[in-house]
Amino acid sequence: MQIKSLLFAAFCVLTIAACKKDNDEIKGFGSIEIEFDNQAAGSALVFGKDYTNAAGESLQFTTFDYYISNIVLVTADGARFVVPQEKSYFLCKHDDADTREIKIDDVPAGDYTSIEFMVGIDSAKSVSPIGERTGVLDPAAGANGHYWSWNSGYIFVKMEGTSPVAPPDFGNIFQYHVGLFGGFDSPTLNNLKTIKLTVPDEAAEVREGKGAPHFHLFVDAMAIFSSPTNVSIAATPFSHGDAFSATLSANYVDMFMIDHVHNP
Amino acid sequence: MNKSTYLIVLFAWIFASCGEKEHDQPFAGPQLPSNFPPPVYDLSLNPVTEAGFALGKKLFYEKALSRDSTIACADCHISFSAFSHPEHPTSHGIDNLFGRRNAIAAQNLIWAKEFFWDGGVPNLDLVPLNAIQSPVEMDANPAVVLERLRQNAQYKAMFKAAFGTEEITTAHFLQSLSQFMAMLVSANSRYDKYVRGESGGDLSSDELAGLAVFKAKCASCHDTDLFTDNSFRNNGILNDFSFDRGRNEVSQLPEDVGKFRVPSLRNVTVTDPYMHNGKFKTLAMVLDHYASGVQDSPTLDPLLRQPDGTLGIPLNAQEKTELIAFLKTLDDETFLRDVRFAQ
Repeated sequence: MQIKSLLFAAFCVLTIAACKKDNDEIKGFGSIEIEFDNQAAGSALVFGKDYTNAAGESLQFTTFDYYISNIVLVTADGARFVVPQEKSYFLCKHDDADTREIKIDDVPAGDYTSIEFMVGIDSAKSVSPIGERTGVLDPAAGANGHYWSWNSGYIFVKMEGTSPVAPPDFGNIFQYHVGLFGGFDSPTLNNLKTIKLTVPDEAAEVREGKGAPHFHLFVDAMAIFSSPTNVSIAATPFSHGDAFSATLSANYVDMFMIDHVHNP
Repeated sequence: MNKSTYLIVLFAWIFASCGEKEHDQPFAGPQLPSNFPPPVYDLSLNPVTEAGFALGKKLFYEKALSRDSTIACADCHISFSAFSHPEHPTSHGIDNLFGRRNAIAAQNLIWAKEFFWDGGVPNLDLVPLNAIQSPVEMDANPAVVLERLRQNAQYKAMFKAAFGTEEITTAHFLQSLSQFMAMLVSANSRYDKYVRGESGGDLSSDELAGLAVFKAKCASCHDTDLFTDNSFRNNGILNDFSFDRGRNEVSQLPEDVGKFRVPSLRNVTVTDPYMHNGKFKTLAMVLDHYASGVQDSPTLDPLLRQPDGTLGIPLNAQEKTELIAFLKTLDDETFLRDVRFAQ
C-alpha cells in the first residue's frame, strides 16, 4: 500500500515537473502595474474643461475619485491570482496621479489576460472593526471626504463639478457620491460593482527578475451620464447615497477598459 | 490621644482601607448579565481597560470634539437620563441648531447591531464619527479633532497609558470611546433582579400584571431583556414621512419609508420625550398612541393592524396602568447614578 502511494506521489511530482519544463521560464514571482488613466470625450480628462453630456448639458469636473479593491489577475488558461486583501484597497484621485498608478508585487509569473476588481469597498471591509481600517480606509485620515459617517460606508465614486444647469443657489455645482454596500444586519441598496476586463491583444507577461508589465486602463468619466440611462444634471444635480445612485452605478459600470498592455 | 484625634485616625484608617480595597480590585470590564444574549460587539478586539475607559470618558465629555469646541457627546447624552437628553424632543447641536431626531438613550450598546434611529452605523466604533461630523450636531472634521488631541500633552499621556503609544490614531481614538460606551450597561433594575431571582427583585401584583400585558402585547417588538428586537418598524407615529424617511434614508428601499429602530425600554421613565421625533412627553401619551392614535400609511407595521381592520394595539385603562407600573420596574438606579459614568 505504502509503496503504491509513494510511487503515485513520485509519478505526480514527475508529471508536474515535466509540465513545468514545457514552459520552463514561467516560474517565480514578479510585479504588475495598473494605471487608471481618466478620460473624457475621447482624450485625457482635464478639470475645468467644458464637456457636454448625453443630455446635452455643458459641464466641468472638479472631483473624480473612486475606490478600487479586491483585484484579481487571470491568466490565459484561467489561473486566478487573488491579490491579498490587505494589499488590495486603493483610492484613485484624479488630481493625484500617484494614486492612479498602482503596483502589485509578489504576483506569480504568468501571462495575464484579464483583470477583475471591485469599484468600491466590499461589505466585509465596510463593516470591519476600526482597527482594520488604515491608510485609504481610515475615516478620519485617508478616507476623509470619502466616507459617510451617517450611513457608515465609503463613497465608492465621488464626482463633482459645475454646470450652468445646476442650481445657482448652490453655486451651479453638481455632486454625485455613490456608495452603499448592501447593509450589515438589515439590507440596503447595493452599488458594489465587479469589473472584468480583458486585454485587447497581448497578455501582461509577469516574469521573475524582469520589469513589471503595465496595464493601461482608460476610465471614461463621462460614462456616468449615459448608458443605460441618460443622466441630466438639471433633473438631478445631487446624489448622496440615495436611490438615484443605482442609476449612476449602473452607468459607470462600463467606464473602464484596458487600452493596452505594455510589457517591459 | 484625645477623643477627636482617635476618631480622625479611625476615619483615616477606614478611608485608607476602603481605598486600598478598591485599588486591589482588578478593573472589571462591562457587566455581561446572565439574562442578556451574548454581546454583538467583539470585546476581544478592543478589550476594555481602566486606562482606555478613563480616556474614553474624558473624550465623551470633551468639547474639543466639536467644530467650535462648544459641544461634547455628553451634552446630549446625559448620564442621569440613561444618556438621553431630557426636555429635548430633538437633539440640540452646534450654533443652536436642532436635528430632526431625539437623542436616543446610550445604554447596553455592545448588544446593538445597528445604531441611531435609522441604523445608519453598523459598528459601535464608528458611532462617534456620525455625531462629530453631523452639521447639526458637532460639525467637525475628525482629522482636525485628532490634530487638536495630538497637541494636548494630557491626551498624549492618556493614549500612551491606554494603548501603549502616544500616537493618536483614528482607531485608538474611537476604540477608547467604545471602551467607555461598552461600560454603559444597565441590567440591575428591579425587573432584572426579579428575572435573575436575586434579592430586591420583588414585583407587586400590578407590576406582574403589567409584565403579562407587556409579554402579550409589546414584547414582539420590545423583545428579550434588551427590550428591543433591533428591527426597524413604522409604528404609525405619522402618516407622512417626507420630513424624515427614517430607515429608507439609509437603505433606499421603498419598504423602509417611515421605519425607525425599535428603542429599548430600559430606564424608560427618564428617557422622555419619546419616539424618534420626541412627539410624546409621557408614557401615558405613548400608550394612548398605541391604543388609539396609530396613523395609517403603506409601511405601517403589520402587528399594528388588527384582524377587524382597526389600527394599533387594543389596551384598556387598567392595562395601561399596569403597563406603566411594569415599565417603571425597568429603571436602574445603580446605572443612572453610577459615578464612574458621570462627569
